[in-house]
Amino acid sequence: MLNKLNLNQETIQGCRKYAKDIADQMQRFIDRHTTVAVERTVLRLLGIDGIDDFGRPLVNALIDHIVKQGDLSKGISHYLGYAVHDTEETPQEIARRVANQKLDLSIYKDLERCPYLEELMPFFEKTLARVDAMKKIRSTWIEKTPKKTTPNKYVIVATGNIYEDIKQAISAAKKGADIIAVIRSTGQSLLDYVPFGPTTEGFGGTYATQENFRLMREALDQVSEEEGRYVKLVNYASGLCMPEIAAMGAIERLDMMLNDSLYGIIFRDINPKRTLIDQYFSRVLSSHAEIIINTGEDNYLTTSDAFDHAHTVLASQFINEQFAKKAGMKESLMGLGHAYEIDPNMENSFLYELAQAEMAREIFPHAPLKYMPPTKHMTGDIFKGCVQDALFNITAVSTHQSIHLLGMMTEAIHTPFMSDRAMALNIASYIEKAFKDFGDDVLYRPDGIIVKRAHDVLHHAHQLLSEIKEEGLFKALEKGRFAEISRKEDGGKGLSGVYLKHDNYENPILDLLKKRLKEGSHER
Amino acid sequence: MSAKSTWIRPYGDTENDGKVQLSFSLPMPLGTLGEEAAKKIALQMGIHDPAVVHAEALSDTFSFYIIYGRAEHQVDMTTLHAVETGHHVMTKEEIETFIETHFQEPLVFVGASTGTDAHTVGIDAIMNMKGYNGNYGLERYKGIKAYNLGGQVDNEVLLEKAIELHADVILISQTVTQKDVHIENLTQFIELLEAENKRQDFVVIIGGPRIHHGLAKELGYDAGFGPKKYAFDVASFAVELLYSRGVKIKK
Repeated sequence: MLNKLNLNQETIQGCRKYAKDIADQMQRFIDRHTTVAVERTVLRLLGIDGIDDFGRPLVNALIDHIVKQGDLSKGISHYLGYAVHDTEETPQEIARRVANQKLDLSIYKDLERCPYLEELMPFFEKTLARVDAMKKIRSTWIEKTPKKTTPNKYVIVATGNIYEDIKQAISAAKKGADIIAVIRSTGQSLLDYVPFGPTTEGFGGTYATQENFRLMREALDQVSEEEGRYVKLVNYASGLCMPEIAAMGAIERLDMMLNDSLYGIIFRDINPKRTLIDQYFSRVLSSHAEIIINTGEDNYLTTSDAFDHAHTVLASQFINEQFAKKAGMKESLMGLGHAYEIDPNMENSFLYELAQAEMAREIFPHAPLKYMPPTKHMTGDIFKGCVQDALFNITAVSTHQSIHLLGMMTEAIHTPFMSDRAMALNIASYIEKAFKDFGDDVLYRPDGIIVKRAHDVLHHAHQLLSEIKEEGLFKALEKGRFAEISRKEDGGKGLSGVYLKHDNYENPILDLLKKRLKEGSHER
Repeated sequence: MSAKSTWIRPYGDTENDGKVQLSFSLPMPLGTLGEEAAKKIALQMGIHDPAVVHAEALSDTFSFYIIYGRAEHQVDMTTLHAVETGHHVMTKEEIETFIETHFQEPLVFVGASTGTDAHTVGIDAIMNMKGYNGNYGLERYKGIKAYNLGGQVDNEVLLEKAIELHADVILISQTVTQKDVHIENLTQFIELLEAENKRQDFVVIIGGPRIHHGLAKELGYDAGFGPKKYAFDVASFAVELLYSRGVKIKK
């Protein structure tokens, strides 16, 4: 890729070094802790699924049981290892019996480090075999899909009813969408369990359930066949069940997951410790399943001014990159986020947007960057909105963004109608054609506004990262460094689900995944 | 020239031409039949000479139409009344200015979805940073300290927290209304406030899909907000009531 902005490579390396130090510091904390969500994920990976007579997921029933009567700091694998050995039953049967209060696992609480973990491995291997099969199907499909150099067009469906979502998704795919995201119901991020089964009543979105994942993937496979290209599916591994949803996505062949290390903390007031521990396990899973993550830096600009706080986006991208590396993630899976959110009343706003997008592309050349459309300054004037989106589309195409989330002219009015989405796809396809090689054909004046702006933003990000490195990430969050929202280390939701690991803590599936990711990276 | 008529119609480029544009989708394939359906719908809406200026397929089973035509309807301006809301609704920025101008210190809002209700959708839409439908929540308002206690909060715990946090406003969300469980729960909270002699210490507001202002007043609350109400609706009401009660106001 051509270096059009002449960015200072030493400054970029300096940013990476600071971000790595920030992530290293935090990883030491993460490695010493586990959460209820991590442990529930372990149970899902053992093949446990379904709900009890009260509609409570079995994985929750089992973890609640150990939280109340056992000691979760040893890890759920400790208990399941003993239980599988003693009962010779499957984890699913054990979970069912525990939920019905027919089996008490707290008897293993004070026993020595579980010597039977090997007996759990066939169950884990069965799930991993399923995930591997899904990876194979995906990679075969991607090989068959015609290659293109322009961004992948990404649209959202959000009816609340999975069956209605499917109709909308099919229409979008037929109109040229490459990626479909199903927005979750408002409030799901704060549920400390994953709802079960197909759902038809969401608020501003549709519940992420394993069955909903399956139904939508099945519909998109059908439309992929018809269109002769693979249509990708996205959901949200975020909130209090972040790693569980990552696991469900791996099992049901989602292709991307929204998965930010800080979003839940800042915008959902989820406890920082909880989120940072959960994001690690989620990313290890997504790395293994070759699911692209999307980070949420774009959201900062919905609270903070996009011009003044552009450097916080870049700083956060560096931090997200390092956290992803910690989880063994390839650069080709790091969908770092940013957005087109500068006030349209500002003079030269387009040049500043171009600078930011070009800069992100040059600094993260191998990352499938996710570029978000204008939302904050969309007004309800749908006609002007089309033009705002058009300028955004031009920026996306000419700076070679990878994941192009299409703006909707009815942003700020309602969740998109089927026709809103179709119009957005028509306009984006037109610009995709018209501007196809534009970016490669123009250079920026070395002393011009665009180049200067990119240098400024990089400089400020470097400065901010050096400060965060000194104070540590928890302190930085408390100071409101991102999105100008302050979150305390021990505040927010979900802190009670965080555990300091016991000396005898065991998580054999995390160990196995880490080992495989390490071997994989040696092979590359 | 005669006196100007008080009747008006939409205006395209000539007085009284009634020209309008509309667009919609139909759950049927694109084709001549689809266009006919689109025109007929426009006619039934009172649009004369509907012209389908653009039609396209959205999928094999859906189609989209853009129509221009002449609206037959007209309105007499002298008969129009603007619908009055019970209170003056301000924007987020106006509310922030109102607080800065009139109050000495930040106003404290404590909210929860109470009783057995685990649905935090409503309270999150009003309180959380992100808000709903592009309308930011109270957490993002300057001059407001918002504490969202989440779901399944007991009435006793809510009151305890409200006292501890020196709340000025208590917000209660109720989503589940099966067998009128919400009425029972809401009544119990008011009784609790009165038993503790705390009713006058707070502005108490309820919200939810089945809540309306009449019900709120009947149960002894200051206000009730139903669907399609956002943080600015709730905050406008609360800050004006606090002001009229003289709570924390600048002397």
